[in-house]
Amino acid sequence: MASHTGELKLDAAVRVQALHRSFNEAGGVLNGLDLDIAPGEFVALLGRSGSGKSTLLRALAGLDRGVAGHGRIAVPERVSVVFQDSRLLPWKRLLDNVVLGLRVPGAAERGSQTLAEVGLAGREKAWPHELSGGEQQRASLARSLVREPQLLLADEPFGALDALTRIRMHTLLRRLCEVHRPAVLLVTHDVDEAIVLADRVIVLDDGVVRHDARIDLGTRRSQADPAFARLRAELLHELGVEDDHDAVRGRSTLDERAAS
Amino acid sequence: MATLATPARPVAATEDVRPVRRRLGPGAPIRFGGLIGIAALLGAWVVGSATGLLDPRNLTEPWTVVATAGTLVENGRLQESLVTSGVRAALGLGLGVAVGTVLAVVSGLSRIGESLIDGPIQVKRSIPTLALIPLLILWLGIGEPMKVITIALAVFVPIYIHTHNGLRSIEGRYAELAETLGVSRAEFVRHVVLPGAMPGFLLGLRFAVTSSLLALVVVEVINATSGIGHMITLASNYGQTDIIVVGLVVYALLGVTADAAVRLIERKALSWRRTLAS
Repeated sequence: MASHTGELKLDAAVRVQALHRSFNEAGGVLNGLDLDIAPGEFVALLGRSGSGKSTLLRALAGLDRGVAGHGRIAVPERVSVVFQDSRLLPWKRLLDNVVLGLRVPGAAERGSQTLAEVGLAGREKAWPHELSGGEQQRASLARSLVREPQLLLADEPFGALDALTRIRMHTLLRRLCEVHRPAVLLVTHDVDEAIVLADRVIVLDDGVVRHDARIDLGTRRSQADPAFARLRAELLHELGVEDDHDAVRGRSTLDERAAS
Repeated sequence: MATLATPARPVAATEDVRPVRRRLGPGAPIRFGGLIGIAALLGAWVVGSATGLLDPRNLTEPWTVVATAGTLVENGRLQESLVTSGVRAALGLGLGVAVGTVLAVVSGLSRIGESLIDGPIQVKRSIPTLALIPLLILWLGIGEPMKVITIALAVFVPIYIHTHNGLRSIEGRYAELAETLGVSRAEFVRHVVLPGAMPGFLLGLRFAVTSSLLALVVVEVINATSGIGHMITLASNYGQTDIIVVGLVVYALLGVTADAAVRLIERKALSWRRTLAS
């Protein structure tokens, strides 16, 4: 990591100050962005395409070598990334994928434990292509968590999954985060997903934080809750989308049935 | 047009009515189909020799070939020649594979390496290795080193080309993943680069085995005092067709065995994608 962790205090896992990034002369993708994330805090990052969500995430992950820009980024020592594709190496068995590059005593055992945690117990010897999309993404979650990250960066990790699998993954991710307590930055385009999962939702627009809302809905979050709907409408408004509730009532009741 | 094929007599209770289209492809494979052509050719040889259609001076009778092979095994000449040739081919192949792989990895992983290595190899590729033999004889004499190096030169080019190609086709997202996992350069090569380039490498290896046998035959026929090629050259001088045929059969067996070995390695090393292929 290019940044140093020396000045990090306990009050923040991530500190981003006046971050600028641009891919061409015309204009910046990030224009002086400031963001703090507390240890153990789950932050969902919303924004239209091109708003700089992924650019920010890649900057935090240290994957934006060669991109023009300036600003300060401080991240913890142990950062894990979950990509939209599971990115399992097809030539490695599941356990070898999970513990790749892990240099701790008893790595294999810890890998097996983490696989069990994501519901893949006994699949250590499976090849990645033998797994379903949801299972592959769970394995990739295990690969991230086995490193005991202080910061988990997730770039639309459930974007390629079907709706039912996605709901199961939400439950799993919440449970895992309660156990491991990493700070999380989840990039998503799904407003419902953001509200269901996060402690705090941030809307990015034009390279700066446009909206920053804490979510106080408790641990049981239902889309039937009027507060949920209000928050949803508010966030959609921030994203520049007007949602007509009556028009989509039929669809949302279907979603609830699937969720329960 | 789909025709409805209705079974004339309904067999048992389960009904099976389905539209069946005319088959255009070659259909189900024949068991041991690959051996039928070979058997037919051998049969033609036996019949031709027995009826006198084939002059023994052009092509010896199969039974004489078998008898000659027996004699050559008895006095030890065949084994001796086989070992000499086998060691030559193996040394050349091993050297060529090692050099080709190392060059491919260096050239694939570093831009400086690529600038230095790739150009010369593309030039070398356009010169047939066998055309280098006169120069190699001047430099190395006609002993074993010249033979092994000629074979290695023929081998390393296909290994380099295919391994390099395989390496370059590894998706960049895997390198990105490795960066986020904090793996070292050595681990990256071991866990990502080499296994990712393995399909390309093995394809190169199959070409390399063929090249090594070709180069082996040429160096042995040109100037050798031992080996299968030498045995064949001597026999040619004395008009011993039977010994020539035995030598050719041994070459064929060497080629088939080597190819089978590579296929076996391929099955083992690429088991991660076997279920995709089958």
